[in-house]
Amino acid sequence: MTDWPILSTVTFLPLVGVFFILLIRGEEKQVAANSRHLALWTSVVTFALSLVLVADFDTTTAEFQFVEFVPWLPEHNIAYHLGVDGISIFFLILTTFLIPICILASWEAIGTRVREFMIAFLVMETLIVGVFCSLDFVMFYIFFEGQLIPMFLIIGIWGGARRVYSAFKFFLYTLVGSVLFLLAILFMYLDAGTTDIPTLLVHEFAPAVQTWLWLALFASFAVKLPMWPFHTWLPDAHVEAPTAGSVILAGILLKMGGYGFLRFSLPMLPDASEFFVPFVYSLSVVAIIYTSLVALMQQDMKKLIAYSSVAHMGIVTIGIFTFTGQGIEGGIIQMLSHGIVSAALFLCVGVVYDRTHTREIADYGGLVHRMPIYAFVLMVFTLAAIGLPGTSGFVGEFMVLVGAFQSNTWVASLALTGVILGAAYMLWLYRRVIFGELTKENLKSITDLNWREVGIFAPLVSLALVLGLYPEPFLDVLHVSVENLIAQTRGAADLPVADVPERVPVPTLAALN
Amino acid sequence: MLYYAAPIFLPLFGAVIAGLFGRVIGARAAQLVTCGAMGAAAVLSIVVFNEVVLQGEVGTVVLFDWFSSGDLDVDWLLRFDELTGVMVFVVCVVSFLIHVYSIGYMAHDPHVPRFFAYLSLFTFFMLALVSADNFLQMFFGWEGVGLVSYLLIGFWYRRPSANAAAIKAFVVNRVGDFGFALGILAIFLMFDTVSFDAVFAGAPGMVDAELTFLGHSFDFLEVACILLFVGAMGKSAQFLLHTWLPDAMEGPTPVSALIHAATMVTAGVFMVARLSPIFEYAPIALSVVTFFGATTAIFAATIAITQNDIKRVIAYSTCSQLGYMFFACGVSAYGAGIFHLTTHAFFKALLFLGAGAVIHAMSDEQDMRKMGGIWRMIPLTYVLMWVGNLALAGIFPFSGFFSKDIILESAFASHTGLGMYAFGLGILAAFLTAFYSWRLLFLTFHGKPRADERVMAHVHEAPAVMWVPLVGLAIGAIVIGYLMLPMVATDIDFWGTSILVLPIHNALEEAHHVDFWVKALPMAVGVLGIAGAFLFYVLKPELPGLLAARARPVYLFLLNKWYFDELYDILFVRSAKYLGRNLWKQGDGAVIDGIGPDGIAAATLSVARRAVKLQSGYVYHYAFAMLLGLAAIVTWYLIAGR
Repeated sequence: MTDWPILSTVTFLPLVGVFFILLIRGEEKQVAANSRHLALWTSVVTFALSLVLVADFDTTTAEFQFVEFVPWLPEHNIAYHLGVDGISIFFLILTTFLIPICILASWEAIGTRVREFMIAFLVMETLIVGVFCSLDFVMFYIFFEGQLIPMFLIIGIWGGARRVYSAFKFFLYTLVGSVLFLLAILFMYLDAGTTDIPTLLVHEFAPAVQTWLWLALFASFAVKLPMWPFHTWLPDAHVEAPTAGSVILAGILLKMGGYGFLRFSLPMLPDASEFFVPFVYSLSVVAIIYTSLVALMQQDMKKLIAYSSVAHMGIVTIGIFTFTGQGIEGGIIQMLSHGIVSAALFLCVGVVYDRTHTREIADYGGLVHRMPIYAFVLMVFTLAAIGLPGTSGFVGEFMVLVGAFQSNTWVASLALTGVILGAAYMLWLYRRVIFGELTKENLKSITDLNWREVGIFAPLVSLALVLGLYPEPFLDVLHVSVENLIAQTRGAADLPVADVPERVPVPTLAALN
Repeated sequence: MLYYAAPIFLPLFGAVIAGLFGRVIGARAAQLVTCGAMGAAAVLSIVVFNEVVLQGEVGTVVLFDWFSSGDLDVDWLLRFDELTGVMVFVVCVVSFLIHVYSIGYMAHDPHVPRFFAYLSLFTFFMLALVSADNFLQMFFGWEGVGLVSYLLIGFWYRRPSANAAAIKAFVVNRVGDFGFALGILAIFLMFDTVSFDAVFAGAPGMVDAELTFLGHSFDFLEVACILLFVGAMGKSAQFLLHTWLPDAMEGPTPVSALIHAATMVTAGVFMVARLSPIFEYAPIALSVVTFFGATTAIFAATIAITQNDIKRVIAYSTCSQLGYMFFACGVSAYGAGIFHLTTHAFFKALLFLGAGAVIHAMSDEQDMRKMGGIWRMIPLTYVLMWVGNLALAGIFPFSGFFSKDIILESAFASHTGLGMYAFGLGILAAFLTAFYSWRLLFLTFHGKPRADERVMAHVHEAPAVMWVPLVGLAIGAIVIGYLMLPMVATDIDFWGTSILVLPIHNALEEAHHVDFWVKALPMAVGVLGIAGAFLFYVLKPELPGLLAARARPVYLFLLNKWYFDELYDILFVRSAKYLGRNLWKQGDGAVIDGIGPDGIAAATLSVARRAVKLQSGYVYHYAFAMLLGLAAIVTWYLIAGR
């Protein structure tokens, strides 16, 4: 399989789908139906192909695998360089897994400009997959910022009433981070003479420089994640975005921030990362408690889930910055779990929104009388969101807390209060939507999930349970890469190295040439 | 040894079938499959009890890995030792009887499959809890029973009060879990493992170990045990975290019997007994356990004497009895605690189900002020309630006598200040227990009928499917105390290695040698309590009213449950909502957005608007501006050029 450029195939296959969708001619209805099917099949094939990556993945090495290297601007040491390791492969799979679900979820919900919508989604898939397998900063930046455009369009065109405000807010926030990120990349290039990520991973930046670089990267990742107090774009964006947009936003785009910390901030700027630990811990703890309290008072379902996302991402950043195996692996598992669970929760909101066109919690109540299957599905994800053992939410959260407790008991204790608040706001939401008497007139004829919707939720429910009951296979893939990451971080930052295995060599430009 | 796992997973099987396919197979088949699976589990649990406890064939059943990361390595393992054997037996047998009873009790409910699925699922989680081999698996069962308890309290989801009670139960339990989780984290930090065997083996070496927690240095074992005990307080509704249990009576009565009396709420007691190998090395933590146990025992009893809802009286009684179990553990008489847990499971389930039969007979009336005068109409229920109350009040030879006696004697024999505190309050609570039990009996069954004629005409004995399990529980309530006496015997090694008691903590041993008055006192105050109730509610029924009027503040204080609900509402619920609303509107809205995106956008706009005004289109404006500029430049050159 090594000679077949499988990563490029996975990355650019959606664009092939886009090409064919552009070729469709005929009546508008016909075009819409054909675009849906083409988009779905493209994304399903992409997902199937990405599974080949998992099957062939070697869990015993931390080196980048399926590497593709083509010199692009050789005199500037800029290249077309792709590869995945144990950390990025999960995000890649999560992306290819969620895109078909998004397309299915938009099947009936999107009625206007269907062709354009599908194109936007497939382009976004290419860009997101590209982010997770780029091994060159220039490429990474293009993919990373490029996905802003389809997302901006998805919110701005297919969004709700205040879509323009939200789209601009989203764009502005992200753009400020991007500018600083670009500056950081330029500086790194000037300092190291290359934009090749594996080379930069072993390049040592001077400590004073690291601080500034770290802050520049932080500006970008903290907005993406989002961390408190850079989070206010998220509730607005979610509320206005169509269901599929929310799913991608919560499921994958937020994870880019976490991935950025893991891939760049920690290993490239270890001293600064170490220096900023108290800063990150403080913001994360504030995020957990603050946004949980805010979530408690929300009247809009999507806003509530959006705020809970910020709290969950707080757990992730704590985990990443513990620099312990449990913390980082827990953070990654938490991101995967959140990618599944929050995506599913937004889909659940979408289900009832499609039927009633309201997201106000007060407009619901007693849905269980008409929608027992829906009630069951929402219960599973509610429980996963509050981290009940046996669901995916628990494993990640617990591992992060194990890591956090080792480094700071205050942080672990305060983060745990989010567990109590989380139960309160999620169960209260569930009660107000699902339980009680069914009194609202427009709900009396509401229908339960149809087969298409059952098909959307079935894989998500299974994954949430599998990840909770038997996450070992997932962790197996992570172990070596995370150990390597810790070695890179700790080794350079002169931290006490506890039980860290030998540093695994990282392929450099020279080695590849 | 693999078949040990069968009683654990049979209920899960029943729950899945009834839960997922209940609509397809119908109510009757759902009942059949859950009760059948539960019956088989009950039979097997007796086999397991025989093998593990009586024959000493202890062991573990390995299932599969759960997750691992670095030193953190967690497996799914079932542990079968004497303690688990006893618990599996109690849970399976009581649960089976309650399953059968529910066939009758829930006959008219439209959601029978769902109800039975929940009951069986609950039993599975409880069994997973008691057979856990590491802290996390215990936490799995722990949270699982919390979840099903939530589902069952809110079973009648049309009622707002049931929904509120369900959330309250879950969230208050989560407060306890906060402590439990921190305890687990502390254990892992120091032991590098969460497996029971490894932790227990390492505990003696951790005496005097220090743990820096929240900026202070503490004795590690004490902190860990107290944190874990906070979890136990939540689940077992101990003082301060008790508020959810009485509200949990919103669920159907079989649920109250199974979850809020016989099994789930005893999980905290089980936890302390299970962790005796670490609690034994944490004397301060044991004192904390004793203190909270004894306080709860008396606190809940004082409330129980004023409540009018028949189920609430029994609920507070449960709370109080759990207090007994805890202070038994606190004075290292773990065997006595589990002994009382076992007898209590039978007689409290009997009382609740008996109360259910009464409620059933009275057309769903729960207020004792609207009952009375029905004992001739439902004599069997009446007799069964007598049996349950005799056992609860600790009257010889009913089961509660044996277990309560040994607990109080152990407390006395511990010869510590807190032991005497527990003994004193325990005796007082025993008096109140007998008093409120007979108050309940007299109010419910005796006196003039206070219900209207329509209700009275309907009063009828429960069907066989309900009274047969009651008789089973009654037999248990009578004989189990005597049968299980070896649990607290000193000459038999009943518990093997499953419970550790250090030689210096020999309260249970000493309890057999206390003076006669100590042994006789619990039953004497029990009889006294019955006599008191007889005086108050049969001989002079006007007395309670007079007393309540004379000591009105005290009466109201007790009737309103020491005002804990009101206090917590202000302290936590309202303040959280207040904070949430303000952080949202002020924090996010005014401050972050105001300074951030909206502020910047507004500032850009306003600058642009002003800039626009400069372009007025009048030539003399521009000429004037040019003149000004020229003057400025000339001035600059004149000053700077010098």
